[in-house]
Amino acid sequence: MPGSSVSIIEVDKYFGDFHVLKNVSLEIEENEFFSLLGPSGCGKTTLLRIIAGLEDVDDGDVLLDDKSILNLPPNKRPVNTIFQNYALFPHLSVYENIAFPLRLKKFSESEIKRRVDWLLNLVRLEEHAQKKPSQLSGGQKQRVSLARALANEPKVLLLDEPVSALDAKLRQELLIELDNLHDRVGITFIYVTHDQAEAISISDHVAVMNSGVVVQYGTPYEVYESPADTFVANFIGESNLMKGDVVEILSDEYIAVEFPSFGKVICYRDKPVKVDDTVLITLRPEKVRIMHNKPTPSDGIPGNVVHGIVDEVIYMGYQTKYFIKTDEGYILKVYKQHVSYLLDERIIKWKDEVFLYWNPDDSFIVEVEEN
Amino acid sequence: MTLKRKRSEVLSSGSGYEKYGSTYLIWLVIFFVIPVLVILAYSFLTRDYQGGIILKFSIQGYKDIFNLNYLTVFIRTVIISFISAAICILIAVPVSYYIVYSKFKNFLLLLVIIPFWTNSLIRIYAWIFILGNNGLINQLLLNLGIVNSYVKFIYNNAAVLLILVYTYLPFAILPLFSSIERLEKQLFEAAMDLGCTKRQVFFRVLLPNIKQGIVSAFVFVFIPALGTYAVPELVGGKNSRLIGNEIARQLTIARNWPAAAAISSILLILTIIAVIVFIYGGEKRETR
Repeated sequence: MPGSSVSIIEVDKYFGDFHVLKNVSLEIEENEFFSLLGPSGCGKTTLLRIIAGLEDVDDGDVLLDDKSILNLPPNKRPVNTIFQNYALFPHLSVYENIAFPLRLKKFSESEIKRRVDWLLNLVRLEEHAQKKPSQLSGGQKQRVSLARALANEPKVLLLDEPVSALDAKLRQELLIELDNLHDRVGITFIYVTHDQAEAISISDHVAVMNSGVVVQYGTPYEVYESPADTFVANFIGESNLMKGDVVEILSDEYIAVEFPSFGKVICYRDKPVKVDDTVLITLRPEKVRIMHNKPTPSDGIPGNVVHGIVDEVIYMGYQTKYFIKTDEGYILKVYKQHVSYLLDERIIKWKDEVFLYWNPDDSFIVEVEEN
Repeated sequence: MTLKRKRSEVLSSGSGYEKYGSTYLIWLVIFFVIPVLVILAYSFLTRDYQGGIILKFSIQGYKDIFNLNYLTVFIRTVIISFISAAICILIAVPVSYYIVYSKFKNFLLLLVIIPFWTNSLIRIYAWIFILGNNGLINQLLLNLGIVNSYVKFIYNNAAVLLILVYTYLPFAILPLFSSIERLEKQLFEAAMDLGCTKRQVFFRVLLPNIKQGIVSAFVFVFIPALGTYAVPELVGGKNSRLIGNEIARQLTIARNWPAAAAISSILLILTIIAVIVFIYGGEKRETR
């Protein structure tokens, strides 16, 4: 089943006076796993419903393989949707739910059986074929709705928060299953979620949306490692956001920034700035290293060193989250991964004096205010 | 030990049914079961020609109604009740669907319920005022010169059907409304997404999922229509008499109480059979 590419071209959508989608453009490649990520109310579900044909656009166009599909009703589009609440037909068995789109197409009984059996096998629900939806668990229901949506052999599968109604463990399982399913059926998946971890773990590309605008588009690495603005930096993963003044331009690549919160550090200059500009710097907690002894240049460590006291320790087994109070009283989040047997080391405890250091490349500018 | 005791206390004090169930039972026995038994008993007693009964066993009441040849009236009653229930459902399904997804849902529901605030006799007279030989519509038609003499809208079976549908429509709308409201709107979107036309959404998704509502609506209209009395009495013609009118006639004009009780008993049995058939039939299809 080959998938289709989807182009969203300058789409605008209003609900009454509310501007839900503001001139949104996106290119979704054929057969890729694409995620629309954003907080609730950002317009991501509306965009999905527009592709499905369940909503109209006020302006703009939606192309499937370079042909507009806006004039097609939902039942004529080679696109199928997985709904958040499964939307299984309560009066039909699992088998009949999956057979539903095939019966509409008037396939022969033997052909229907062949296809439904294949789909039941695909989602591992063979032994539940005769059950009613009300007898299934949440994860099973979602797998039925997957099989049903795939029965039409769509070119694009739209998934509207498909795992958000499930508990954490099941969510992980179903995500992996979705990823495998995507590999097996090889069509385009467009996945809507508010959960950044879901989006970056399975997608080829991610579009981050906020208030009806696509604020960043890129691979999961790009949106995580180089967030376009404060919103993305905060929404995807965790980060330390710090405001400071540029005091010196060191080179084309580096600047020195003075922070009232913890002194002068060197930052990566990924945006054009000049001395005296106020900049917002982000630093991911896991990029900061923590130790008892002050590192020296002879340790071969370039970069920034900050002194502080451990204010909070959250031990999580595979990692520990430290909240470090700097000499100036600012709290910096630092996550230490436990890559070796922890008890061999001198364990960092509450109230310990510690030094933090990081590569200047890891603290970079997200926003500039010119002064 | 304490835990166990507490648990049993919780269980026994738990549901309202256990607490108040016996009260309902007493109410039902006094006001429903006993009167029905009295009617059954009367049907097997002897007629007193002054009206009333004599306490002596007899099946003359049943013989009388067979002699009076009520078969046509019975059949007419069943047919008219069936047709009015069917019309009510045909109207109520789209109307309920519209109300469920309307912005003015609560207001429209209020409109459905408002007729209950007025006595049904007054509402029937209102219809006579509209449809009667000197009624609003006839005067309008005469004044506009569309007809030369009045059109006979009432005193026939069609008028009985019309007023029955009007009277019992809310009983069909309310159960259908609640069964449509229970359905997620996403079901219809999913159906369209999977390839249904609007028509197919209606027949393949909406109808099968509100089957129970349709059965309830049918029973709620069909059963009271079987026993209706005032409507045919006021707007029916010579050939519109229903079984309710015959019961009244035996009771008042003919003063044959055992015969009236016998017709009532047969009607009751017919009704019970109808309810069982509808409800059992609906459930059987549900579980298949």
